[in-house]
Amino acid sequence: MKVVIIEYNAGNIQSVRYALERIGIETILSNDHATILSADKIIFPGVGEASSAMKSLQQNNLHLLIPKLKQPVLGICVGMQLLCKYSEEHNTTCLGVFDEPVKKFEIDAMLKIPQVGWNTIYHLSSQLMRDVPEESYCYFVHSYYVPHNQYAIAITNYIQPYASAIHKNNFYGVQFHAEKSAQIGEKILKNFIAL
Amino acid sequence: METKNNPPILSGLTKRIIPCLDIKDGRTVKGIHFEQIRDAGDPVELGAFYAQQGADELVFLDITATVEKRKTFKELANRIAQHINIPFTVGGGVSSIDDASILLHNGADKVSVNTAAFKQPDLITQLANEFGSQFVVLAIDTKQEADGQWYVYLNGGRTKTAMLCMEWAQQAYNAGAGEILLTSMNNDGTKKGFALDITKQLSTALPIPVIASGGGGTMQHFEAVFNHAHADAALAASIFHFKEMGIPDLKKYLKSCNIPIRL
Repeated sequence: MKVVIIEYNAGNIQSVRYALERIGIETILSNDHATILSADKIIFPGVGEASSAMKSLQQNNLHLLIPKLKQPVLGICVGMQLLCKYSEEHNTTCLGVFDEPVKKFEIDAMLKIPQVGWNTIYHLSSQLMRDVPEESYCYFVHSYYVPHNQYAIAITNYIQPYASAIHKNNFYGVQFHAEKSAQIGEKILKNFIAL
Repeated sequence: METKNNPPILSGLTKRIIPCLDIKDGRTVKGIHFEQIRDAGDPVELGAFYAQQGADELVFLDITATVEKRKTFKELANRIAQHINIPFTVGGGVSSIDDASILLHNGADKVSVNTAAFKQPDLITQLANEFGSQFVVLAIDTKQEADGQWYVYLNGGRTKTAMLCMEWAQQAYNAGAGEILLTSMNNDGTKKGFALDITKQLSTALPIPVIASGGGGTMQHFEAVFNHAHADAALAASIFHFKEMGIPDLKKYLKSCNIPIRL
């Protein structure tokens, strides 16, 4: 099993590597097209800001490569957002795998932005969520969200119900940090590796 | 305040329980023997134990004062990231982009800054721009003086400033801090409860999460800091380290008080 983590200016990649190590999976960190294309599974992490992340992808033409990948791809947090069409974060055109927007949480007097902490995922479907109990807790840190849409495989409530995981063909995205979500996160990573 | 006309708050976000571990020369400073773990002096082993007990996050505060500090910091962050599957913050003497960058690249989810940020407020902005606000926790040590006002203290509580806690918290938010870790020096170590008034002031005035610290001694104290002071998270050290309170019991109690808690 060859698992490649896409390398670009995406913040805390080490945590993703270690999380996979804990479930017995060695990973390769790479921005090389041939290496990425030869992978069995591809992880597309992301922490930080959408427009600078897109610029970093463009430097290595990764924005052209990623939408054409045929292997299972898992976008995490900003990685999931970049798989969508467009982000309100600095009006950024994203990769367009999912024809969905990424919106900023509306200011709500009672709730803080970013959402930081543990929240539940429900209405679970797809192999990625196999044997994950409804209302499981995952760890989130984000100010932008993907609205509920036809590709949703998990829903979370914050200000409104939104898509906290999405799936289309070989592409998967999770808004929460699976690598920091204790046993549930490990289960979801294992499910991805088993696809 | 909620009125009849407001829709209910739609959120499943839970309140967080955060054990804090003080580290010196790579070892935990406080802490006694737990049957379940071999070496409570090893921050990684103790942290993993708390994670398994249901802690929502961990804070590691390095109080090493030697030139070796940066190296021990880095090694510690790396080992924690390797072994622990929940988020963690590292703090204690973080004073530059370089310090923070080393911690980030070794797996820390957040850094906490205190004295250095007060002395050069630009540090918060630089950290937020470079790594995102979610990475930057501003720690404030505060003390209520005879005049009734809460003042900011530096250098681990040894140096008084003329700055009011609320004013500094506002400035830090404006500069890009993503969370405030608020420690009341009046309450710290007393086990008589958290400082509800200043916690509530900050928590209701600021649009970012506030972590209350100092004084938690009973489960009712935690209930009060969530229900009455609207803290987003509560941090404690010795009550967990000395087994005076188990995290599973605490979380079950809070859940029974209808506080949103991850079990």
